[in-house]
Amino acid sequence: MEARDALEMARGIGADKPPRSLRSSSPRYGEKVIKYVLVACAVLSVLTTTAIVVSLLVPTIGFFEQVSFGDFFSTESWAPNLEPPSFGVFNIIVGTLSTTLWGLLVAIPVGFLSAIYLSEYASKRVRKVVKPILEVLAGIPTVAFGVFAVTFLSPLVGDAVPGFIKTPPFAAGIAGLAIGLMIVPIISSISDDAMRAVPGGLREGAYALGAGKFTVSTRVVVPAAISGIVASIVLATSRALGETMIVLLAAGKSPNLTLDPGASVQTMTAFIGTTATGDIATGTISYDTIFAVGVVLFVMTLVMNMISIRLVRKFREVYE
Amino acid sequence: MNSNGEEGKVESQMTAKKKSTEKALSRKIEVAERRLPSASEAVGEPVFGLEGVGVSYGGKVAVRDVSMTIGAKEITALIGPSGCGKSTLLRCLNRMNDLVPSAEVFGKCLYHGTDLYGPEVDPVEVRKLIGMVFQKPNPFPKSIYDNIAFGPKVLGLPDVEERVERALRSAALWDEVKDRLDDNAYGMSGGQQQRLCIARCIAVDPDVILMDEPCSALDPISSGKIEDLMLELKEDFSIVIVTHNMQQAARVSDKTAFLIVELDSTEENRWGQLVEYDETEKIFTNPADSRTEDYVTGKVG
Repeated sequence: MEARDALEMARGIGADKPPRSLRSSSPRYGEKVIKYVLVACAVLSVLTTTAIVVSLLVPTIGFFEQVSFGDFFSTESWAPNLEPPSFGVFNIIVGTLSTTLWGLLVAIPVGFLSAIYLSEYASKRVRKVVKPILEVLAGIPTVAFGVFAVTFLSPLVGDAVPGFIKTPPFAAGIAGLAIGLMIVPIISSISDDAMRAVPGGLREGAYALGAGKFTVSTRVVVPAAISGIVASIVLATSRALGETMIVLLAAGKSPNLTLDPGASVQTMTAFIGTTATGDIATGTISYDTIFAVGVVLFVMTLVMNMISIRLVRKFREVYE
Repeated sequence: MNSNGEEGKVESQMTAKKKSTEKALSRKIEVAERRLPSASEAVGEPVFGLEGVGVSYGGKVAVRDVSMTIGAKEITALIGPSGCGKSTLLRCLNRMNDLVPSAEVFGKCLYHGTDLYGPEVDPVEVRKLIGMVFQKPNPFPKSIYDNIAFGPKVLGLPDVEERVERALRSAALWDEVKDRLDDNAYGMSGGQQQRLCIARCIAVDPDVILMDEPCSALDPISSGKIEDLMLELKEDFSIVIVTHNMQQAARVSDKTAFLIVELDSTEENRWGQLVEYDETEKIFTNPADSRTEDYVTGKVG
């Protein structure tokens, strides 16, 4: 066919039809409704957060009208419900730090190394079996971990190292160990996902230089996945800081200012848990104390999250 | 090597080299001892000897029965249509196929007389001597300097800083990046990234460089630069390149192997097979096989 004929034909296409309308055929209310539903959901979570902060802050202000900052942030003993009361909050801050620290000391190495195993060493088949099992750990109710710590871990450790646990069966280290086991899957699962998202080309590039598997894992894959790995640790730390049931059952309730893993401690969450479930009247100093402690916990988690976001921004290696 | 050397001397050098290669490939190699087998090598002296090499993935044959000899300090091109197994074949040469769990390699893959798949051979040591550049530039998400320094650091080679500069100069990249060595490699253009990968490869003093379609993701100007670079690098290294681009093979390579996709009678199984391997000029001007001629003249493929 001649090129000119083709051109003529192309011009002729649709010439005898009326032009199509470009206006929408319906007002599309559905789109608008969907948009408002989505906005409402987003606003709900913002409102909830604000409501929690306000409900924490109001009683806290009431608390500090009665107790001075100096008395609260002190190493005096922690006995807000005794007569005369004493409000050295560092006792329970250190209690929280202690159980969290021992928990992380267990969970970071175990979780991180099992993530390396799952992502870099395990065959497809092994990963398919092991990963769900690990994730089931994360679904076990924390009260079960607490009972497990008191009835199993504590006697086990007590027999292995006599004299380690000062007031059997309660010890910060035992609670920490149980917390650690509980958060291992958070670290391993998220870190594994982050490491497997690293493009295979980077691994090949390193292998082609004569790097061994462990070198490729630790010097190429881990740095490239560091933001995900740190995120998993942050998430795990938040869980450890906020964990209540395990510490309530396994850490004891003596607010001792110590990092000794064998000592019984009271954490901030355990204090809130015991006091709030006890018989207290609103407006009393005991009641307000709960909220003051809650604010401290909230600020601690917030600061930790902020620091870790900074760290991630600084150290992450962005691939593409 | 001495061109007028006596037969006996050459022979003893050959056995000495074979021994040194065997040693280099075995597990207990001392890094400081590692010397380039290519340093004293004559052009065209065999580096690889493939005897009936085949590869299968999960029981499915990808390439079958390839026999050829690849010479030192030459550029050997593997060409052929998609799926003919040329990349698979290339990956046999530094045991990259080991990274695919289901891959199996058959036949003999001799490197300076040592079977690369022999029981004593450690694939990590193989890859120290036989580097690779990939289809898509794959710099590490690190600084330009750290990209090059990675290999030498990991292998514990001395004078890292000097090596980085030397490698960047050899890859014709030094003048472009010397003022921004601390910048992230991902800020470079695609062509620069690929030359960075070449520099990263030569920073560990390999004997052979394998290139798997190194220009397929690049524009013609960047490709031209890589081709110029290859011609310079063949002074020091043996190069095997897989390419889709026949003009590229014709321009840079000394020898060319043409592979083809074979089908069995049921047309269900397909695999790659070597059709012809010869001097590049002969392959492109006067091939022995009509299938080669059809391909290089553009009648098929």
